[in-house]
Amino acid sequence: MTSEIIVEAAAVSKRFGTRLAVDHLSLEIPAGVCFGLLGPNGAGKTTTLRMIYGVTRPSSGTIRVFGIDIARDPRAVRSRLGVTLQQNVLIEALSPEENLRVFGRYHLLREPELSRRVNQLLDFLELRSHERLPVRQLSGGFQRRLAIALSLMNQPELLILDEPTTGLDPAVRLALWSRVRDLTATGTTVLLTTHYMDEAQRLCDRVAIISGGKVIDEGAPAALIATHLAPETVELDCTPEEEPILLGGLALPLRRRLRVGRRVMIYLQDASSLVEQIRHRDQGDRREMVIRPANLEDVFLALTGTSLEGGQ
Amino acid sequence: MSLSIPHALAVWRRNASMYRRTWKWNILPNFFEPVFYLFSLGIGVGAYISEMSGASYIAFLAPALVCVAAMNGASFEVTYNIFVRLTFEKAYDAMLTTPIEPDDVLAGEILWAVTRACIYGGCFYAVLAVFGLTPLPSSLLVFLLMPLAGLLFAAIGIVFSLRIPNIELFSFYYTLFLTPLFLFSDVFFPLKERLSEPWLWVAEALPLLHPVRLARAAFRGDLSPIVLWDLGYVLGLSLLLLAWARRAARQRLMN
Ligand SMILES: Nc1ncnc2c1ncn2[C@@H]1O[C@H](COP(=O)(O)OP(=O)(O)O)[C@@H](O)[C@H]1O
Ligand SMILES: [Mg+2]
Repeated sequence: MTSEIIVEAAAVSKRFGTRLAVDHLSLEIPAGVCFGLLGPNGAGKTTTLRMIYGVTRPSSGTIRVFGIDIARDPRAVRSRLGVTLQQNVLIEALSPEENLRVFGRYHLLREPELSRRVNQLLDFLELRSHERLPVRQLSGGFQRRLAIALSLMNQPELLILDEPTTGLDPAVRLALWSRVRDLTATGTTVLLTTHYMDEAQRLCDRVAIISGGKVIDEGAPAALIATHLAPETVELDCTPEEEPILLGGLALPLRRRLRVGRRVMIYLQDASSLVEQIRHRDQGDRREMVIRPANLEDVFLALTGTSLEGGQ
Repeated sequence: MSLSIPHALAVWRRNASMYRRTWKWNILPNFFEPVFYLFSLGIGVGAYISEMSGASYIAFLAPALVCVAAMNGASFEVTYNIFVRLTFEKAYDAMLTTPIEPDDVLAGEILWAVTRACIYGGCFYAVLAVFGLTPLPSSLLVFLLMPLAGLLFAAIGIVFSLRIPNIELFSFYYTLFLTPLFLFSDVFFPLKERLSEPWLWVAEALPLLHPVRLARAAFRGDLSPIVLWDLGYVLGLSLLLLAWARRAARQRLMN
């Protein structure tokens, strides 16, 4: 059961005119995991999701979801998955409760099942407080929770979330992450896209790093960091001229050094001795240094030479 | 074929639940327009016209304006409303995350436009009945005609809506297509008394002409063989355009 593959994309490409949005992308998403597509704006995340639920036709390659070829039987696939779109699509004049009802009917739910499910989701996403107000009067965080509730109407085996927390305040993000964990805990497979490395790192069992429509690398967040970088990072500001003076010929196993403008990041097993040696070379000039764990943002930087959030 | 009737009905129901909220505001302008024409032209201008095609002028106008009401009801729905759902509300993007397919969206929307055509046509018929302008029982036949007229104008409008890039272009649809149709489709004067033979053949292409002729036949209660041609035109053109709309919907909703 756990070895079952829920989404299988084989060498999928999508061309819009002359623009290659997705380029020979292959993915395998096993059942029960939370899988993240991590990449900057324009990387091809949304296009990949649209191909997976069958509203964008790949220019080449095939996609199977639940073992079914999506091009053959999109209805059968979509009856078993739920999608939260990047932009909320809600009926603004109707209340959360009515929105859920309308959406339930798209899945052909009937009473009493329809009401039962609506009530479950009003509770699960904490929508009760404003269940009868028109959606247009609700906050962004509330609307996002409702959008996610809609995509759960059919108790999906696979939940697809396109940038679920972009633009939300930290408290709402935390609450949504905990809902996603509840879902994976009960066996739902989750596929989400994000350009927040902290989201991917905290939530995802596996991530695929995407840039320019290609998967650059894929694996568990900790494993990606271990492969490409090292557990710790020292960050400091220095000019390219100072760099050899400060860092040249150190007797330390530095895994990797990256520069973005004035900022230099050094990745290594243990940061403390490096900090000491830099202090020593700085001769009393107490340069500001940040020691922190290496993260997926660093991996992205190491792999592509560009940063995630500022992408493109 | 990938039409699923239950899914199409779910699309229809979405629109119906919205309409339940707003019908009071929606129905007023579109419904009153033909009523104003009826009074202004039927009673006002009609006072100077002793008869037209063998009837009082208001009785001549009445059945045609039922068709105009149905045309307006369907047209508004498949133009502005569909375009808003398509591009601003993105309602179809949400539907297509469920088992709903583009064919179901199209069918549901057409069915809803037909429903509105019937609501408008039906209300207008009620006004006519109050003024004793609906010969019974024969005029009741227009209740069969309303869905057909609705279907025809839903099909024409939806092809247009699915093909245009921005909402401003609807003013062309209204001023250069629907308004001339309204003025030159036998509604206000009988074309065959005013046009020469070759032009009459050209006029046969006008979509509103056929429902209007059918409505007059129903009110008069005489079904001459020409109604077969009118029915054939309405159904034939509707089906042709719907086949075209299917392709357009697939292209517009999926990529
Ligand atoms: N319908 C479309 N027509 C043309 N280009 C598109 C279309 N959808 C996406 N693209 C292009 O494909 C690329 C990937 O877009 P997208 O998948 O939305 O990226 P992401 O979701 O990672 O931000 C972008 O360059 C975008 O402009
Ligand atoms: Mg996107």
